[in-house]
Amino acid sequence: MTETSPGVVIVGAGHAGGTVAALLRQYGLETPITLIGEEPIPPYQRPPLSKAWLKGEADADSLALKPSEFYAEVGIKLILGVKVNAIHPAAHTVDLSDGRTLSYATLIIATGARARALSIPGADLRGVLSLRSAADAEALKAALGPGKRLAVIGGGYIGLEAAASARALGAEAVVIEREPRILARVACEVLSTFFTDYHRARGVDFELGAMVEALEGDGGHVSGVRLADGRVVPCDVALVGVGAPPNDEIAAAAGLECQGGIVVDTQARTSDPDIFAIGDVSHRPLPHYHRSFRLESVANALEQARQAAAAIIGRPPPPHEVTWNWSDQYDIKYQFAGVPFDVDDMLVRGDPASGKFAVFHLTGDVIQAVEAINAPAEFMAGRQLIGQRRPISRTRLADTTVSMKEVAA
Amino acid sequence: MPKITYIEHNGSEHVLEVKSGLSVMEGAVKNNIPGIDADCGGACACATCHVYVDAAWADKTGAKSAMEESMLDFAENVEPTSRLSCQIKVTDQLDGLVVRMPESQH
Repeated sequence: MTETSPGVVIVGAGHAGGTVAALLRQYGLETPITLIGEEPIPPYQRPPLSKAWLKGEADADSLALKPSEFYAEVGIKLILGVKVNAIHPAAHTVDLSDGRTLSYATLIIATGARARALSIPGADLRGVLSLRSAADAEALKAALGPGKRLAVIGGGYIGLEAAASARALGAEAVVIEREPRILARVACEVLSTFFTDYHRARGVDFELGAMVEALEGDGGHVSGVRLADGRVVPCDVALVGVGAPPNDEIAAAAGLECQGGIVVDTQARTSDPDIFAIGDVSHRPLPHYHRSFRLESVANALEQARQAAAAIIGRPPPPHEVTWNWSDQYDIKYQFAGVPFDVDDMLVRGDPASGKFAVFHLTGDVIQAVEAINAPAEFMAGRQLIGQRRPISRTRLADTTVSMKEVAA
Repeated sequence: MPKITYIEHNGSEHVLEVKSGLSVMEGAVKNNIPGIDADCGGACACATCHVYVDAAWADKTGAKSAMEESMLDFAENVEPTSRLSCQIKVTDQLDGLVVRMPESQH
């Protein structure tokens, strides 16, 4: 049976999907909007799941993107707990896991990414968790508390934020990382050292350059992480945070161009003009860098939601943004912008030991990326300068007695 | 519930009842009011929830933190009455508050 549903169908009710639906109504779209999500709850914010929410400082209402009654009020049809199994671009239809087929005039794919699972013995033990959804966060929170020990596999943002939150909840935490330093894929060495020291001073242990061979169990529940050197790191719960591959399989199967994510243009349009892809699942152009990349951040999801909504409604495209993100660990505000492509130098402004500094990555005298610790002026000015692509004085940038306003002037 | 008036840059007014305890930003975002983006969801990390608070309300909305001040320094079209609306908590005392939005948050 095919239900008649011309209009916009959005596959994936995460931060990107929920935002584009709301924006389309805000921009005045009058045709039907259907938002299909695999999770049983309406769109919510994921960033707090490893931060404020995990520490018990935020409730379900504050996580929700919009109040639950919002969708009916503005005429957005929510189909929750349902997956899209297939896209048929020629017929302009999608097949749902509940057996229905929906028609679309415009399709937006916002299926996000999924936590990468480990394929090692013991990965299916109880207490081996990942952190992507509210349900995942619920399970992790329930497993943490005084007397509990969390083993984090993977020293990325999710793992480090979870370790900080675990300490706030009174649990012990150990971070196990394959590379010789944490954040190896996403931050420079100065930052890795700063975060390692900061976590260590707050009771977090690190196993660096450590290969995980297996998870050991006791009665079907995880009890430790076995490393390649034979040692076993004991734990009551293990969090696996080793990256997130894109959920682009249905797009690839439908013949859309994919390349480690669904390839889109600067308007978030895929190789099919009636299909858009936004958020973590897309492989998008980065206009400031003349190349394409898959970004995993809320800022990216929202920017592409604005691009797609503007294109669908016929508004002028929003200005190109400089990619950015943030991380909260303990009392640290970490903000970073840009991507350090083709950089030939790195400049530290401020003293890392002071707990307030920024690392600038440059090509010649042009800033490509900035990583700022408790340094909002450096972050904000850096982000603007990255967008402007104009040379600055390195001497002045390195001199903290020269304000960022003056550096940027 | 406290009533807050949000005025878009084009003059459109939205009068909303916002629950005490939420931020002025959340009041706008949860009601899908245009003009306040709040990309970071209230973490004071992005400066995309910039508003102008009528001077008469400056005392009641409280002082800016150093973090907020630094973020605002680099936002567009900043004025002395500029605030990040994620940093203003709604209380009964703010009943009648009027905030205006800048031309753009990006």
